[in-house]
Amino acid sequence: MSDWEVVIGLEIHAQLATRSKIFSGASTAYGAAPNTQACAVDLGLPGVLPVLNAEAVRMAVKFGLAVEAQIAPRSVFARKNYFYPDLPKGYQISQYELPVVAHGHLNIDLEDGGTKRVGITRAHLEEDAGKSLHEDYHGMTGIDLNRAGVPLLEIVSEPDLRSAREAVAYAKKIHALVRYLEICDGNMQEGSFRCDVNVSLRPRGASGYGTRTETKNLNSFRFLERAVLYEVERQREVLESGGRVVQETRLYDSARNETRSMRGKEEAHDYRYFPDPDLLPLEIDAGFVESVRATLPELPDAKRLRFEDQYGLSPYDASVLTATRELADYYEAAAAACGGEGKLAANWVMGELAGALNKAGLDITASPVSAERLAGLLRRIADGTISGKIAKQVFEAMWEGGEEADRVIEARGLRQITDTAAIETIIDRVLADNPTQLEQYRAGKDKLFGFFVGQVMKACQGKANPAQVNELLKRKLAG
Amino acid sequence: MALESGEVEKIAHLARIAIRAEDVSEYRRHLSRILEFVAQMNAVDTHGVDPIAHPLDAVQRLRPDEVTEVDQRERFQAIAPQVDAGLYLVPKVIE
Repeated sequence: MSDWEVVIGLEIHAQLATRSKIFSGASTAYGAAPNTQACAVDLGLPGVLPVLNAEAVRMAVKFGLAVEAQIAPRSVFARKNYFYPDLPKGYQISQYELPVVAHGHLNIDLEDGGTKRVGITRAHLEEDAGKSLHEDYHGMTGIDLNRAGVPLLEIVSEPDLRSAREAVAYAKKIHALVRYLEICDGNMQEGSFRCDVNVSLRPRGASGYGTRTETKNLNSFRFLERAVLYEVERQREVLESGGRVVQETRLYDSARNETRSMRGKEEAHDYRYFPDPDLLPLEIDAGFVESVRATLPELPDAKRLRFEDQYGLSPYDASVLTATRELADYYEAAAAACGGEGKLAANWVMGELAGALNKAGLDITASPVSAERLAGLLRRIADGTISGKIAKQVFEAMWEGGEEADRVIEARGLRQITDTAAIETIIDRVLADNPTQLEQYRAGKDKLFGFFVGQVMKACQGKANPAQVNELLKRKLAG
Repeated sequence: MALESGEVEKIAHLARIAIRAEDVSEYRRHLSRILEFVAQMNAVDTHGVDPIAHPLDAVQRLRPDEVTEVDQRERFQAIAPQVDAGLYLVPKVIE
């Protein structure tokens, strides 16, 4: 088997979170009744004129700044011509030769702990098409044009990615970024974030590129990964059996986990782009760019480094906690409110809280235990009022009952026993009740220490301070 | 720069225009003349001239991001050949 290098580039369509469409005043709200948000401009009726949405431009610039790209002082909209019933005008308004954003980059984390800089060739503004519904409508296809004219930012990477995992890491990073920037809701089920992936193989060490295929409309990271793996294997088999890869568009079928050629559409890929005479060149001046720059939030990479530094977190913990802006905000609120116990807060947010949210299928923003309440619990762990083990019980009660930690602790008498005399009394009783084990321990069976700890904790319902129990028990056992 | 008959047929297909076989040579001649005109312009020295994307010397105006359109589906669908359940119906499209 030859040694092939995989070459991957991604085109990501991020739906911009504007209220109205890119060229019309129709609403972009998801889930409306069919065609109730498709106005004359979206339908391409005669005599209409598209007028560009300022917010879509602002969002594109925001993205460009976040990936350290060049913002074009002058960019041009072009018509991309093709015929499909969900494209009422017979062309999509897009950008071709002069996109609004060019030459950016993003660093992704590799599995070996290193990072890789991925080039972003360009990002351009365009309108989405409508939706074709192929269920049977009297043997016809139904068309819903609510999505027609919704603003998209198409983000095109350089062919810098070398494996399915790198492709997924890059896509996830872009996904996190557009959500941090609040320019896209990132909802993949609703199609707000979709990927097309270009894949080709070349003999390792070669400098040219092999023939590529493009697999379209991948709406989950798992499908992206599977589609790449499938396509790599398929192309390898073609090449190793002496065949040639055909440049074509393919569709990923998740039910069968395979990609299939979209035969017959190839000839139509002569889009005959030309500048749209309905739209004048878009000019963006330095003042506007600076006003957008001033609104940039702290970006994921910077936040991650700050978390490591400020809260003493490991790179892994910091990357988990900065995965979304909402999670990072929750964590910071909890860490601040519990008196800077950063590591303790991290363990709880990533452990008990994440587990409970996951089990309940809830997002961090819908957590029944607020950051302030969680901090209230963490304060009681930090000041020794309760042990970590008891804290889990308290957390459960807070999750179920929505009460504050202090109330749960008082109401259930869960306050930790730190009174030495009280703990000693319990230890004495345990030792008296287990004479055989005591004899064995003193004869050298050290393993029994754990048994005694267990018995003491059981006798006090877990409320004794574990460190004190260990210390006092050792002393008593020594005789 | 003369077009081949095959190119005329391809252009017609891309534009979804049906043309009669006996008219192909006529279209070939007309379209070729347009290309000749473009070739003539191509020959002009445009060194130092910025390309224009639009004949008007103006820039795009932007509109604020506000929903200004109301639902007029009934009116639009009144002139559609066929509708059902709020959808426009078209001959079956299979990808």
